[in-house]
Amino acid sequence: MRVGESVRRPDGAAKVRGRFEYSSDLHAPDMLWGATVRSPHPYARIKAIDISAARAMPGVHVVLTHKDVTGRNLYGLEIKDQPVLAHDFVRYWGEAVALVAADHPEQARRAAQALKVDYEVLKPITDAEAALAPDAAKLHPNGNITRQVKIRHGDQSARADIVVTGEYEIGMQDQAPLGPESGLAVPEQDGSVELHIATQWLHVDQEQLAAVLGLPPEKVRLTMAGIGGAFGAREDLSMQAHACLLALEAGRPVKMSYSRTESFVGHVHRHPGRLWYEHGADRDGRLVYVKARILLDGGAYASSSTAVIANASCFSCGPYRVPSATIDGIVAYTNNPPCGAMRGFGSVQNCYAHEAQMDKLAAELKMDPVELRMRNALQTGDKLITGQTIDGPVPVAELLKSIAAMPLPASGEGKGGDVDLTKLPGGVSNTTHGEGVKRGVGYAIGFKNIGYSEGFKDYSTAKVRLFTKDGKARVEVHTAAAEVGQGLVTVQAQIAGTELGVNDVVVLDADTNVGSAGSSSASRQTYITGGAVKTASEAVRDRVIAMARAELRAPSGLHIENDNVVTGTGKLVVPLATLLGDEVIEETREFHPRQTFPLDAETGQADAHMQYAFAAHRAVVDVDAELGLLKVVELATAQDVGKAINPQAVEGQIEGGSAQGLGLAVMEEIQLKDGVIRNASFTDYLLPTILDMPPVRMDVLELGDPNSPYGLKGVGEPPTISSGPAIAAAVRAATGRPITRVPIRPHDLTL
Amino acid sequence: MKHKVAVTVNGHKHEHEVEPRLLLVHYLRDVVGLTGTHIGCDTSQCGACTIHVDGKAVKSCTMFAVQADGRSLTTIEGMAKGDELHPIQQAFWDEHGLQCGYCTPGFIMAAAYLLEQNPNPTEDEIRKGLEGNLCRCTGYVNIVKAVQTAAKTMSGTTAGKTQVAAGGN
Amino acid sequence: MNFLQPSTWAEALAMKAAHPEALPIAGGTDVLVEINLDHNRPDTVMDLTRVADLAEWATEDGLVRVGAGVTYTRIIDELGDRMPGLAMASRTVGSPQIRNRGTVGGNLGTASPAGDAHPPLLASDALVELASASGTRRVPVRDFFTGPKRNAARKDELIAAFLIEPATGPQTFSKVGTRNAMVIAVCSFALALDAGRRRVRTGIGSAGPTPLPAPEAEQFIEGELDWDGRQPPSDAAVARFGELAAAAAKPIDDVRGTAAYRRHALSVMARRSLGWAWQDYRVGWA
Repeated sequence: MRVGESVRRPDGAAKVRGRFEYSSDLHAPDMLWGATVRSPHPYARIKAIDISAARAMPGVHVVLTHKDVTGRNLYGLEIKDQPVLAHDFVRYWGEAVALVAADHPEQARRAAQALKVDYEVLKPITDAEAALAPDAAKLHPNGNITRQVKIRHGDQSARADIVVTGEYEIGMQDQAPLGPESGLAVPEQDGSVELHIATQWLHVDQEQLAAVLGLPPEKVRLTMAGIGGAFGAREDLSMQAHACLLALEAGRPVKMSYSRTESFVGHVHRHPGRLWYEHGADRDGRLVYVKARILLDGGAYASSSTAVIANASCFSCGPYRVPSATIDGIVAYTNNPPCGAMRGFGSVQNCYAHEAQMDKLAAELKMDPVELRMRNALQTGDKLITGQTIDGPVPVAELLKSIAAMPLPASGEGKGGDVDLTKLPGGVSNTTHGEGVKRGVGYAIGFKNIGYSEGFKDYSTAKVRLFTKDGKARVEVHTAAAEVGQGLVTVQAQIAGTELGVNDVVVLDADTNVGSAGSSSASRQTYITGGAVKTASEAVRDRVIAMARAELRAPSGLHIENDNVVTGTGKLVVPLATLLGDEVIEETREFHPRQTFPLDAETGQADAHMQYAFAAHRAVVDVDAELGLLKVVELATAQDVGKAINPQAVEGQIEGGSAQGLGLAVMEEIQLKDGVIRNASFTDYLLPTILDMPPVRMDVLELGDPNSPYGLKGVGEPPTISSGPAIAAAVRAATGRPITRVPIRPHDLTL
Repeated sequence: MKHKVAVTVNGHKHEHEVEPRLLLVHYLRDVVGLTGTHIGCDTSQCGACTIHVDGKAVKSCTMFAVQADGRSLTTIEGMAKGDELHPIQQAFWDEHGLQCGYCTPGFIMAAAYLLEQNPNPTEDEIRKGLEGNLCRCTGYVNIVKAVQTAAKTMSGTTAGKTQVAAGGN
Repeated sequence: MNFLQPSTWAEALAMKAAHPEALPIAGGTDVLVEINLDHNRPDTVMDLTRVADLAEWATEDGLVRVGAGVTYTRIIDELGDRMPGLAMASRTVGSPQIRNRGTVGGNLGTASPAGDAHPPLLASDALVELASASGTRRVPVRDFFTGPKRNAARKDELIAAFLIEPATGPQTFSKVGTRNAMVIAVCSFALALDAGRRRVRTGIGSAGPTPLPAPEAEQFIEGELDWDGRQPPSDAAVARFGELAAAAAKPIDDVRGTAAYRRHALSVMARRSLGWAWQDYRVGWA
């Protein structure tokens, strides 16, 4: 149980046995089931709501509308602009309008269908550009620009010999965690409520819920329930406020569980976007300037749009030296489904564009695309386009070198005899026996920030408790950090085990009885909560050592190893359990990484970010150019993780993150028509299967960041950034088509 | 109108009166109380609700509970023998074939069916055999590894398909 | 919801006569999705999985009669040599769990234009056996699909079986989907060569209100093929065959693909399928 070991997940046994309790498995005696009435229109004025029919349905106990929201009927991560239940307008298809609680889920659903809402249907704005038009209807009081980020860096009139331009489009991706939203709210006698919930951030839920429910925060207690994946989908409130409102009104526990279809409207998505780029370079391929306009569709409410557009702008040029940059990032309100956090958070969209531009430039210069990237690679000490000097390892060239040097997979052709269909585009669907199949190889590299940015307060809290249980030392670690599958429970145990030299480490369930851990997002938890566990463990250790020295008059240089206090040379001083006796040593610590600062409104210059992480991918793709079908043959990747706290878990993150990038590149898209989702199910929103995701070749670098605990870097998001752009590049290489839009659709490759 | 359903689940007999509309997966979760079988999609795509019906892998969202009357069902809870994990369960844990774990029971049940049909599958055969299960966390690489490891463990023991060899812990 | 569960075929037919509104289910892989999504709330469902006869297949008068309850898994395992086109299509249905439950009978009952079994049934000139308490009739599959998700069965009839002549020449099936497994067809194409009668038969899926044959393409290429000399058809003839196959489709734009792409893909699949089938004929059929 030490840092650097591939320790198995402590929750693994329960998960493989089917005994791990997910939020959807929760149950309370006498509980009711909640259902949500949702808008069938993307944009409409609510004229009247008639709850009488719904209220009269069998089994129904409570029906609620905006009138019943006991606190402030607005919430939001960055801007409080979203009603818990729509009152005057509905602004997207599927927006929550009313709630029902009934004895049985089927009764609740039927009652929700029976509830009558009189709408005046309005013409929706379903295009971000249209939302910016001067005469566009204002969807929110301050207009339709949620945020505009301007970056003005270097010589604004720079000119270059070689200029390439491009326009790129990114579709709307869904996080699609396998476990749909669910939770259980239990009202207490004193008017408080206990919510068991799968969320990425307990405390921000608590804060928002307290305001919405009109309760002091201590009357809204949250306990983490088992999470079936997150990827950004559980950063905003979904059913949290709804279940609490119903439970408080009914005086009985209320459970809500979304179906997959409801899940598609129950959480935010990755921002779709349109990106215009101009790259200028000298004849040696050195970048002179980059100009870009990035327009993201934020949908009906802000969610984390303001932070996403900051990232999209800050990392718009990729990890390259760019002397001059003119970047305009805009995120707009529309009547499309709200968009917010998803793994990669703004850096995914721009990576498609800057990497396509680099390939275009390489083609223009007749230069090898990897060579062009190396020539422009960002290095330690360089200034970013935000003016920040980048410190710590910046292994852009090393990562590129690594993926370029990896052996290429064998060609799928020319084996003779029977065709192995599973190796070809289309698989057993038998669309080609090799006809039309062309292989392409593509490269991409990306980077992004780890942790919160722009002065947003980033910290985590850990309580570490050391005591004796059954004659042995035991450590309990308590934080509010969300284990979303990434392996944070393992990492916390490893860190406490390492710092305290104790073998029996238990990570308690996360809840709001301990201070905030911040969210499980921005690839930050191993760094920040890991840092908090390390700091608290060190404080406990210091007390143990002091105790040993005081009680045993032991020499200095003591440490704890394998449940024993030992001398500097490893000689046993005293078993920890003996030393402790009945003593309980408990310390709570906050960990704060270095401060960040807001982007300047006019120039976008600031030390806005805390740490940067880099990953590169090489994709090998076979494309049936005649049918437009493709198979990703292999992904190769290199990533600097600083220090792999748990190598096996790091590999899992890199593989899983790469798969989500693959999904956006080749199949995943929420398809909208006039603001209505046309494919809100896994039948038509396609996720990569085991036959779509290839084996991954990887090189994990551990270059050690001098500023972070153990030298680690956040791991989760970088793989999702560059895998898709590498695939797009490979398809471009195979087909000669420009590929300016993802996901790549068969008709884009053929017609 | 309620109907009788009598099934054997993991070797135990159960008999209930249920609404015919009740899906088998809901019966297992809400009536029998075995919540290890998960629901991820409602459209028979994700495979999280995979169980065995008379030894065959099926998605339990594609059956009404009443259709299972008289059948023998195995769910994820029936795989381990007491404290001893089934080799496939052990391998998923050891090889980090899971992260959030929501898809894991379905994958284990699909893998068990696959290995029953084909005890020594190639990587391609493993992938083909698990095409009906979605995982959003792992990128599938460690899932393939886990099934390979389980196949080795299982073929290393006596012919019995459910013999347990792995070391536990 | 009422639930009927006959244990014999006679009982099933009697129940259907008494409850013509009853929605028959076999594997349930189509019907339950509709119910789960609340697209369908049938008042009465009739479970046919207890009718043992339906899960049988046998040869009769030179045809293979396959009960409507035979699963895709069994078609692949037990009938792949006799109906290779249908077996290929069956392999692309869902996933192992779905193939263990799903049946061709169910596919016919749903009569979705995207049903994977339909194109090879069309290309094999299959018959669908419909039965009611008052008798049995066999409908050519080309007459079976009457509209989107509509078929020729009367309210009082159940699908008993389908009948196919064992392959008399090479058969192929191809399906375009936007991922490499578990996908509903964007469009699909089946081809069967009947070496003895020197006939070509086709089936198109997911590119029209119903599954469709491409008769003009069939007639054209039958005349072009060098059945005796077994020389490959000219590139122009193959291309024309592809064009005619595509022209037979009546595709629309939807969430899975565009009409233009579907036509394009059908022409490609038709050309390739003809190439593969003819190659098999050249080397493999007496």
